[in-house]
Amino acid sequence: MSKIRVTNLDFFYAKVQALHGISIEIPQNEVVAFIGPSGCGKSTFLRTLNRMNDTIPNTRADGEILIDGVNINDSKTDVVALRRKVGMVFQKSNPFPKSIFDNVAYGIQINGLHSNKADLAARVEKALTDAALWNEVKDRLNTSAFGLSGGQQQRLCIARALAVQPEIVLMDEPASALDPMATQKIEELVVELKRDYTIIIVTHNMQQAARVSDKTAFFMLGKLVEFNPTQKMFTNPNEKLTEDYITGRFG
Amino acid sequence: MDHRIIDEQLDILRDKVLLLGGKAEAAVERAMKSLMTRDSDLAQAVLEEDKVINQMELEIDRLSVEIIALYQPAAHDLRLVISVAKITPVLERLADHAGNIAEAVLIINTEPELRQFPELKIMADAAADMLRKALDAFIAEDGDAARSVIREDKLIDASYKKVFGDLIGMIINDPSTTTSAAQLLFVAKHLERIGDYVKDVCELTVYLAEASIIKHSPKEA
Repeated sequence: MSKIRVTNLDFFYAKVQALHGISIEIPQNEVVAFIGPSGCGKSTFLRTLNRMNDTIPNTRADGEILIDGVNINDSKTDVVALRRKVGMVFQKSNPFPKSIFDNVAYGIQINGLHSNKADLAARVEKALTDAALWNEVKDRLNTSAFGLSGGQQQRLCIARALAVQPEIVLMDEPASALDPMATQKIEELVVELKRDYTIIIVTHNMQQAARVSDKTAFFMLGKLVEFNPTQKMFTNPNEKLTEDYITGRFG
Repeated sequence: MDHRIIDEQLDILRDKVLLLGGKAEAAVERAMKSLMTRDSDLAQAVLEEDKVINQMELEIDRLSVEIIALYQPAAHDLRLVISVAKITPVLERLADHAGNIAEAVLIINTEPELRQFPELKIMADAAADMLRKALDAFIAEDGDAARSVIREDKLIDASYKKVFGDLIGMIINDPSTTTSAAQLLFVAKHLERIGDYVKDVCELTVYLAEASIIKHSPKEA
């Protein structure tokens, strides 16, 4: 069954239409990569999936986005609960100016997910373990998050997203500012995380999309050009536009 | 973007495999000519040329690996590199068979001349023609043309059966011809194998052009 089902989604920044009739079904516990040239709408589309675009004035989404069969654009939707269910990791790691522990604990605390201090500590440990960071930070949980390397900070942000027990994790170019070793760790993490989460990753790195995703969606000028298994997309795509993009003929 | 850095490398790769194909084709033709004209010098030249062909194989291997490592080809680009990497040893082995024919010629030429076997000429011409058309289809990335070449292999197989029967009959009737006839049997077998290798080239051409794998699926051809 599809975790996310989008039908005929149009999206507008004021009068400018950024997405045109997007229809896509994203299966549960898979990694889906969104690729496409800058400005093609892939990040805009990503942000429609947890209504992050609501924070931008004069935007409008038409069409239907169902997550677990529920229309997230319904006026009755609890947006905070939606964003808890659909977590997000951004291109630039953005830890809070707090300790490593508090960065992860924050979301748990404000959502009231813990029953006591021990439970909070256990949840923080689990999130850091799931983000493959626990072993590196367990002895300095109370030190500033800014003391971590770039790659560690990004994994901390992933831990922060996982701490509130999301079902879907959206990642917007999570490794674009990282060195190859840190990138590899994030990629391994993405593959590991799909056991428990549905993951959508926006990336400009074709090889990264090829390595980590089960399916790849190619966007161009606000339209979804092709959505197919990654193996198919990178060996024999259906669309010439896809072929031209992934082989670097444009973009 | 009209021109990509990888295009230059892919063009070189294409040129090199075409050159190798041309060398293999010439090896088959010269080996057969040395048989028909009892020309041991020409047979020796075919064997000498095989060393050049082996070097060309190594060079294409190196370039294929380099392109994969440095340019990470995808989709059609990837299929081109993979098909070249797989066609190259096929062409090298095909040329080895031409070398084996040349070795047989060196032995045959020390024996009294036998009667002519027109089927051998038919097989050799068909094999050379198939190889030429297969290389053309590869460069044109024409899956249909490649499929049509595959079907021509039946002619070689039929001629092989005929030559095989004739030569066995000759050995039975006149055991003094055994040395030469046995070598001619080898020649026929080498030509039959060359036909099979050309089929492999064609199957890889279909993969390149259409991304479909027809190897081991005779109905698809």
